[in-house]
Amino acid sequence: MPTPDQFRLRAGALAALALSALVAAPALAKGTLVYCSEGSPEGFQPQFFSTGTTFDAVSVPMFNRLVEFEIGTTNIVPALAESWTVSPDGKTYTFKLRKGVKFHSNANFKPSRDFNADDVLFSWYRMADDNHPFHKFTAGQTYAYFDDMGMKNIVDKVEKIDDYTVRYALKRPEAPFLADMAMDFASILSKEYFEAMLKKGTPNAADVYPIGTGPFEFVSYQKDATIRYKAFDKHWKGRPKIDNLVYSITRDATARYAKLKTGECHVMAFPKPADLDEMRKDPQLTIQQKEGLNIGYVAFNVEKKPFDNKLVRQALNLATNKEAILKAVYQGNGQVAKNPIPPILWGYNNAVQDYPYDPVKAKQLLAQAGYANGFEMDLWYLPVTRPYNPDGKRMAELIQADWEKIGVKAKLITYEWAEYRKRSKTGEQAAMMFGWSGDNGDPDNFFVPLLGCEAVKGGGNVARWCNKPFEDLIIKAAQTPKQVDRAKLYEQAQVIVKEEAPWITIAHSVRFDPLRKEVLGYKMDATAHHYFNNVDLAKQP
Amino acid sequence: MFGFVLRRVALIVPTFVGVTLLAFALIHLIPGDPVENLSGERGMDPERRARLLHEFGLDRPLAVQYASYVGQVLRGDLGSSLTTHESVAREFATLFPATVELAFFALLFAVVVGLPAGILAAVKRNTAADYTVMGLSLTGYSMPIFWWALLLILFFSVQLGWTPVSGRIAVQYDVPMTTGFMLIDTLRAGDMAAFRSALSHLILPTIALGTIPLAVIARMTRSSMLEVLREDYVRAARAKGLPRWRVIVVHALRNALIPVITVVGLQVGLLLSGAILTETIFSWPGVGNWLIHGVQSRDYPVVQGGILLIAAIVITVNLIVDMLYGVINPRIRHA
Repeated sequence: MPTPDQFRLRAGALAALALSALVAAPALAKGTLVYCSEGSPEGFQPQFFSTGTTFDAVSVPMFNRLVEFEIGTTNIVPALAESWTVSPDGKTYTFKLRKGVKFHSNANFKPSRDFNADDVLFSWYRMADDNHPFHKFTAGQTYAYFDDMGMKNIVDKVEKIDDYTVRYALKRPEAPFLADMAMDFASILSKEYFEAMLKKGTPNAADVYPIGTGPFEFVSYQKDATIRYKAFDKHWKGRPKIDNLVYSITRDATARYAKLKTGECHVMAFPKPADLDEMRKDPQLTIQQKEGLNIGYVAFNVEKKPFDNKLVRQALNLATNKEAILKAVYQGNGQVAKNPIPPILWGYNNAVQDYPYDPVKAKQLLAQAGYANGFEMDLWYLPVTRPYNPDGKRMAELIQADWEKIGVKAKLITYEWAEYRKRSKTGEQAAMMFGWSGDNGDPDNFFVPLLGCEAVKGGGNVARWCNKPFEDLIIKAAQTPKQVDRAKLYEQAQVIVKEEAPWITIAHSVRFDPLRKEVLGYKMDATAHHYFNNVDLAKQP
Repeated sequence: MFGFVLRRVALIVPTFVGVTLLAFALIHLIPGDPVENLSGERGMDPERRARLLHEFGLDRPLAVQYASYVGQVLRGDLGSSLTTHESVAREFATLFPATVELAFFALLFAVVVGLPAGILAAVKRNTAADYTVMGLSLTGYSMPIFWWALLLILFFSVQLGWTPVSGRIAVQYDVPMTTGFMLIDTLRAGDMAAFRSALSHLILPTIALGTIPLAVIARMTRSSMLEVLREDYVRAARAKGLPRWRVIVVHALRNALIPVITVVGLQVGLLLSGAILTETIFSWPGVGNWLIHGVQSRDYPVVQGGILLIAAIVITVNLIVDMLYGVINPRIRHA
């Protein structure tokens, strides 16, 4: 039995230990940037998966594409390809590859050669060729973007001309192809690495411990906790300024904000819109913002009565007070949309006149269409927060009240998110809220999947609107090589969409990245990725 | 005792069937579709969709799916996650130590604070001390965990800067994980700074998760103690002139502990379910955080396997608790 004195001593030691534990953690190692990300990647492979979380953790820091988007814009710039030429018929793309590009190394692999054409062919045919030795290892492993974008129907074959020249032969002229090649799924893997792992009998290892050419090398991953990277000394664009990059996986947005405030991370992903005002007042933080490459809209199912009538669609457009929605739902963090594509995209037609908020005229149009006393309808609203629409329910309530004024009684309906998307493809909806975030900065990436005739079959065109003059324009635009010429065609297409009114284009939202003041040189990306290539940390006093 | 254990083990069979059936039915009942979840607004190429449904075995009738799942489980295979394609058992094993560490400290906190508080309330019945303990425990019991956790973070981490916000350890410590228990691994690595960091990261989640069990234990101890203190043998002990503390600790407490231990055992189930919320808010890389993400993405094998493993653990702990009665009170014998 301890004497009372001994006991007091022990209690004192315990208290001291507890106190010392409470003292704030020592400052981070110099040059370590911590990013509070929103979730765990599905895996460390850029071709299998399709979420932004996975791209942010894999293809963005560790891999490169032949061509890439200049950070902050959707301009296509050379990356692993130094230059490229397109044949006059628009069906052949020839890429000249960059020399001297090094791959990462790890405990099991030291590259013996630089990046070359073999890696390009390997990366492509692993996805495209069902009989490729590396095509399939495990059940459930698929090539998400490659399949879903129908790349098989676009590219006929890829050939190696010499070690530093590759040629893509397309099945049809396809101007957006170059933008496709800048997307995450088109990241270049190391052929040598995969073959080495196969020889070792652990082919899966190459998909788990990534080797790329990107600015950061993989160090370690603790599931649901942290991903560690270090600067790649031999990166072809030069070594990044920070030494280490750590993703601190923090699913709760409030906790991410708290960590940013206490300095446990330098940059955070996806702030809650409600926190923005408070963040702006914090002298330690900077809020960067960027117009979103997105659109939030309400689509009318034109296959259903009364929405087959253009006058009805126009009337509901006129009856919707978008300014009020922008204030109440987006809290001002967005802009009213008049076109299906956002103004930051080339080909945007600023001359298009939007439907003003005019209930009187709306009522006239309804009467003209034979619905003087209005009608009853279902309106589906988004069950979740999306980048293009922070609050579907609130938006639905405002629209419901607006339409009530012209005698249209909307019943609000929703489903679980996956169920919502599934049902939308069957054409069950009368009118529904939806949206889109662009992922390659080509107008084609909005028009074809959302309003094209093929997309009615595929289900992505939830208005089920197939308009011959419009379709001709967007098909022609995809086959026209020069951007200036394409832009003109898209401008015309936007006039048709506005007149035919298959949608109510509601808003383009604004995105925000909060960061600490000591983070230098951070630039927000146009396609919602998070790049730390050029970031530095200010010396702390 | 042996017969008792045998009978309890026999009960595991129907429990296993019940748990698998329930987990299977519930996750299939909630609307949603794991394959649809793998695509966003873009939608999925129909051919890829069909291939995935087939490879995941989701194109078969539900009864067949259940039967094949049970068969698979009996062979010791819990399947692979539909999102990460990793083995469910391996993912669980990687994350479980974090949950155990947190639950252990939460329970320790609940017992170390709850037991004396309950005894104090019982001994000082109807005094300010009693009312304070009972009032606080009622508050603690009624506190929604996520709200309480956020409150703790905002006050202790953001306002006072005493504790870290979330995670298991500060990011500058990259400790090799051998046991999966952060406190043990940091000690093995001989890194005291890392150990302190791990300890400081445990404080808030421990309090958040331990509060409800603490309240339950305090209230249970109080009422059980009050009952025992009225017993004749306690009065007899006092009449013999034994010191007051000896009467309370040796004569009363030992007998009052039986229902308390049952309650402590039951808390294990509660702790594992409470861990789901606590882990999500504190970004604690444990099975609770993993399971909730599995439910959100309708990752059937993860949810089914996770529930099954957790159920197995709860059943085992309760069996141990039942056996402990006999140790505490020899009058209880298991025939």
